[in-house]
Amino acid sequence: MNTAAEQINQNKETQITPSFENSILKVEGIDVSFGGVKALQNVGFSVYEGEIFSMIGPNGAGKTSMLNVISGFYKADSGSIWFDGDDRTKASPDQVARMGFARTFQNIALFKGMSTLDNIMTGRIVRVESSFWREAFYFPARKSEIAQRRHVEGIIDFLEIQSIRKTPVGKLPYGLQKRVELGRALAMEPKILLLDEPMAGMNLEEKEDMARFVLDVNDEFGTTVILIEHDMAVVMDVSDHVLVLDHGKRIAYGVPDDVRTNKDVIRAYLGDQ
Amino acid sequence: MELVDFIFFIEVLVGGLLSGIMYSLVALGLVLIFKASSIFNFAQGALVLFGALTFVLLTEVASDFWMWTGWLAVGLAGCAGLILLLTKAKVSGSALKNISDRYLGRIPLYIAAVLLVVLALFIDGGQNMWRAVFVTLLIFLMLTTAVRSPQWAMGVLLGLAVVALVTDEFLTVRSLAVTLVIVIGLAIAIERIVLRPMVNQEPIILFMATIGLNYVIEGVAQGVWDADVHALDIGIPDVPYEFYGVYLSQFDLFAGLIAAALVTALAIFFQKTRVGRALRAVADDHQAALSVGIPLKNIWAVVWAAAGIVALVAGLMWGSKLGVQFSISLLAFKALPVIIIGGFTSIPGAILGGLIVGSTEKLFEVFVGIPFFGGGTENWTPYMLGMIFLMFRPQGLFGEKIIERV
Repeated sequence: MNTAAEQINQNKETQITPSFENSILKVEGIDVSFGGVKALQNVGFSVYEGEIFSMIGPNGAGKTSMLNVISGFYKADSGSIWFDGDDRTKASPDQVARMGFARTFQNIALFKGMSTLDNIMTGRIVRVESSFWREAFYFPARKSEIAQRRHVEGIIDFLEIQSIRKTPVGKLPYGLQKRVELGRALAMEPKILLLDEPMAGMNLEEKEDMARFVLDVNDEFGTTVILIEHDMAVVMDVSDHVLVLDHGKRIAYGVPDDVRTNKDVIRAYLGDQ
Repeated sequence: MELVDFIFFIEVLVGGLLSGIMYSLVALGLVLIFKASSIFNFAQGALVLFGALTFVLLTEVASDFWMWTGWLAVGLAGCAGLILLLTKAKVSGSALKNISDRYLGRIPLYIAAVLLVVLALFIDGGQNMWRAVFVTLLIFLMLTTAVRSPQWAMGVLLGLAVVALVTDEFLTVRSLAVTLVIVIGLAIAIERIVLRPMVNQEPIILFMATIGLNYVIEGVAQGVWDADVHALDIGIPDVPYEFYGVYLSQFDLFAGLIAAALVTALAIFFQKTRVGRALRAVADDHQAALSVGIPLKNIWAVVWAAAGIVALVAGLMWGSKLGVQFSISLLAFKALPVIIIGGFTSIPGAILGGLIVGSTEKLFEVFVGIPFFGGGTENWTPYMLGMIFLMFRPQGLFGEKIIERV
């Protein structure tokens, strides 16, 4: 019975999976293990330019591990990651960020002592053309600083957080912190935006706002979004493709409608019945 | 009688302030590293000793050693060049253009270079201007580029070779240049070997690592060199200087000047540049800093190199005052009350803290200690002062206030 389901699933995949050539990000055969625990086993998928790609799955399925591998925080035991035709499997987190990946964290990683404005300004570090040393020895870089500041003010307007510009983010409520974190990621003008549960712990209104921001970013700037989210309604609504993980394995991959009706997915969420 | 008393008071006060600046130099190194990585660097005193010992012994070694070093550097640079040629021909081809783009179009660079030349001429007594210019530019290039990739390593080694082989009579400059390279090399080694494997660990674990580091550096410094007391003469006469009837130590004045210049440069570097923001970001949250593309390893290497340079300057100053010996590594302990008073994260705080500690301990010693306690109070007054600050203003004068939500 299991094999039959897998076969159906695979058939679907061959139908909906376009060739790898036009993908912006290609992930192949990723294995990650911590001691004896296999967090990811032979997971592969492609992400296409300008799409919203979601990863779903029960708790402990390996979604965040996958995101950490993509953003360079975890090193895969085997497998490879291709971005824009280049192998970037071994890149460190800061190198990945410089390639055009921006991420948010499940447990919010902001600079708690800094103001909202300064937090978002740190996102501009990767966009500054000059080298570290040039920067260091050409200190009155005011012109560039003003340009950066203007860009950041645009993001603050977009996210509707003008009123908390000068507030230290450690003092902000959870929902707003998530928004500031998104702002910092946007300041990096990423090609790919990695969002780890951006709506977790939010009320309905905040969720709607966040979903709107993500859709707007995707629409306006053509930013590719990789999203981890538990809210099925949101995922099915916004995603172009969905990857379903369970126990570190890929159990489904396709357009939302196919995934929704997939037997393996239903079993993973509801258990054997 | 009263005027004499007043003049004496001023003399003690100024002497205290000037020796306080020397504490500030050590404290600066601590603050730099604490800002960037939330580590209290227990090994700062060892770095001071290491820098001073390396310098003093390089001035003492025979010219055979310099020949040897020079040719070794030439050989290594050749190897680096060969590797570059074989692996990254494209990169090395544009290296020259990069250098001119990056460094020669920048006015502040010229200003800094001229200042360094003046300093070098001053130290060497103005014997040969062009050689001083040349050597200084080399030192400057080494400083700005030592952390970069192979082509830079090649440049640094070639520079080292030239310094070792050509500048025979410029003993001080030559030794200083080589010591700088060694201290920066040590800083980068610390970052690579000790700190990088500990990214994202608790500060207390990193602190423990620096305690270990302290003993390793002290041991290596004394093992490689020796444990004797060495006289260090950097060419500043220690004769009193009269100023309206007040006698001041010329050496202390000079030390104060050097410290002030160093502090100004560091303050600008870390507060007015975007590196400053990157530093604050790294200090706040390593993970988040990585995610916005701040290269943690570069920041740490830069900060440790800066701390190493500050330690070297402190070592030279203290060494020429007290002689280069093991006990100057204990200076780091007196820098502790200095940063408690000034605040752990504040560069101006380190300066002011040093001044407060220096003047208080001298004034207390002269006017209270000797008449009432029989002297020797200098050894404990700084710690008392630090304790008082801990009770009433734990974050120090300029430290960030600790806010904790319950």
